[in-house]
Amino acid sequence: MSPVVQLLAKRLSISVIVLIGVSMLIFAIARIIPGDPARIALGPNATTEQVMQLRDKLHLDESIIVQYANFVSDFARGDLGISLYTNRPVMTDIAQFLPATLELVFVAGLFMIGFGIPLGILSARHRGKAADNVIRVLSLLGVSAPSFVWAVILMLLFAFFLPIFPIAGQISDTLTVPPRISGFLLFDCLLAGDLRAFADAAHHIVLPAFALSLSGIGQAARLTRANMIETYDKPYIEMARSYGFPEQRIARRYAFRPSLIPSLTIIGLDFAAMLGNAFLVEAVYAWPGLSRYGVQVILRKDLNAIVGTVLVISATFLIVNIIVDLLIAFINPRIRYAERSRP
Amino acid sequence: MSDPILSLLDLKLGFKTYEGLVEVLHGISLRIGRGEKVALVGESGSGKSVTARIILGLLQELKSARISGAIHFDGADLEKLSRRERQALRGTRMSMIFQDPTSSLNPVFPIHVQFHEVLRRMDRNLTQRQGMQRAISLLTDVSIPEPERVLQAYAFQLSGGMNQRVMIAMALANEPSLLIADEPGTALDVTVQAQTLHLMRDLVVRKGTSVLFISHNLGVVREFADRVYVIYKGRIVEHGPTDALFGQPRHPYTKALMAAVPRITGGGIPDIPENSEAFLDPMIDHEVEVPA
Repeated sequence: MSPVVQLLAKRLSISVIVLIGVSMLIFAIARIIPGDPARIALGPNATTEQVMQLRDKLHLDESIIVQYANFVSDFARGDLGISLYTNRPVMTDIAQFLPATLELVFVAGLFMIGFGIPLGILSARHRGKAADNVIRVLSLLGVSAPSFVWAVILMLLFAFFLPIFPIAGQISDTLTVPPRISGFLLFDCLLAGDLRAFADAAHHIVLPAFALSLSGIGQAARLTRANMIETYDKPYIEMARSYGFPEQRIARRYAFRPSLIPSLTIIGLDFAAMLGNAFLVEAVYAWPGLSRYGVQVILRKDLNAIVGTVLVISATFLIVNIIVDLLIAFINPRIRYAERSRP
Repeated sequence: MSDPILSLLDLKLGFKTYEGLVEVLHGISLRIGRGEKVALVGESGSGKSVTARIILGLLQELKSARISGAIHFDGADLEKLSRRERQALRGTRMSMIFQDPTSSLNPVFPIHVQFHEVLRRMDRNLTQRQGMQRAISLLTDVSIPEPERVLQAYAFQLSGGMNQRVMIAMALANEPSLLIADEPGTALDVTVQAQTLHLMRDLVVRKGTSVLFISHNLGVVREFADRVYVIYKGRIVEHGPTDALFGQPRHPYTKALMAAVPRITGGGIPDIPENSEAFLDPMIDHEVEVPA
């Protein structure tokens, strides 16, 4: 078995264990918090009898272990139950709301990598000079303010005072939305061949994605800078210089790749953290993602929907981490080969 | 020694600090003839390594460094060359071997990629296959068994001694006129260091490469060098042919340096044939009393 496959298998099995743990935890917590889900769902005018009926239907009077066993057997069939809030299967709800959130997080991730790493390199190359100082102050600002604050500030600056970007939403009301195929709006626009809709949707996603990615950009820039500077002090850089390799090539080939390794780990974690922050940014920009749904189901103590939402977010987090691990294995031979030599 | 490959004349180096200029080298003069192996000996901080880096033109890139004096390499005045021209000399006509071979090789590229990069300094159109072939023959020169396997490996997968051989092969790959060895193999254990040094000496003698050998290890220097310069606090305090200098050190620092070397009579670990009795029964020489 190749070391990378081994790594993948190991990470996947750990992820499954983590998911089982998360499901137990959130299953128990959702039931421990006070309030009767049946009562909340039926409203204050329902009779006690009606409430009892619903409780019975939801198996709420069974022991928590029996309830969990039911949940697992349903889940094995791909059924997360019915949401009391929308009266639809939780799976359907999630399939509707999750893509918008993922799209937002994905674009924010691209911003984080696309701006953060080059800024860090620039900063390291011009260490101590004006460019470095400006980048350092900006990235510190990015890291120190939470993304919903940036969401509000950016909205005020670039949608309200200087109306460069649309103020909210995912696409203009005046456009016909392309047929929903993947659920990812940008992608669906392209599939439909509707470039005007694509441009409009891209225009809409810039501000929320940027707000969401700012702390990540700052983090990535700071880390990349620190790692680059550390790498420049390594003997193999001096050796490369002693062979007269051009500085550009040393930066690109000899310094960048080793210093990318620690940055990538943090970028992966940040990427996953953005899933949580996305809830607040979505609220600011009226983004039709999972956040509104998530908040509503928690307030309504919609047990199935809470468990389903949390599980989907955890799974996304784990998948992103596996991808990052594989990327690191790809650029860091020590990981690729360490798996083999371990006893 | 009419036409030296390298000569330093009154080389001075200072660093600009907040407290003014701090002078590190106070006027170093030395010359290395063609094919000559010259050692520069001194304790840490005496200015050995900075001298090497000035010759390579690496220190000149530092803004805080102030360098004066004349450096002639193969007839050309190095200080008159542009940055680009100095860079063009590195890795082609002069090259360097470093203290710690394992951390001097890049951790994220396999050896053959680094070899190719070095060989491309001479021939920009070198193909992957040609590079591979050259590298294999160069690694064979430094007695590496299975050079193909070593070329595919990463530095962290090889032993220190193996990496040291790789580094020697790389440094000599483009047949430079001058090889600078800065405390080569100090990070290795003593036997491995001795082995690789022997190898390096044989190679440079065969190829006629001039060597500037930097070390604090007098034993190694004595075996390796034709002539020795002793550097102390940024000044050359004594120099001469190795035998003469070791036979009759004159400067008090040189005497102190030699007095500091622990003496080993005999030299080296004796070779024990694998079929000897001592090999088969480790107790044979020791009369161990067996308790009743």
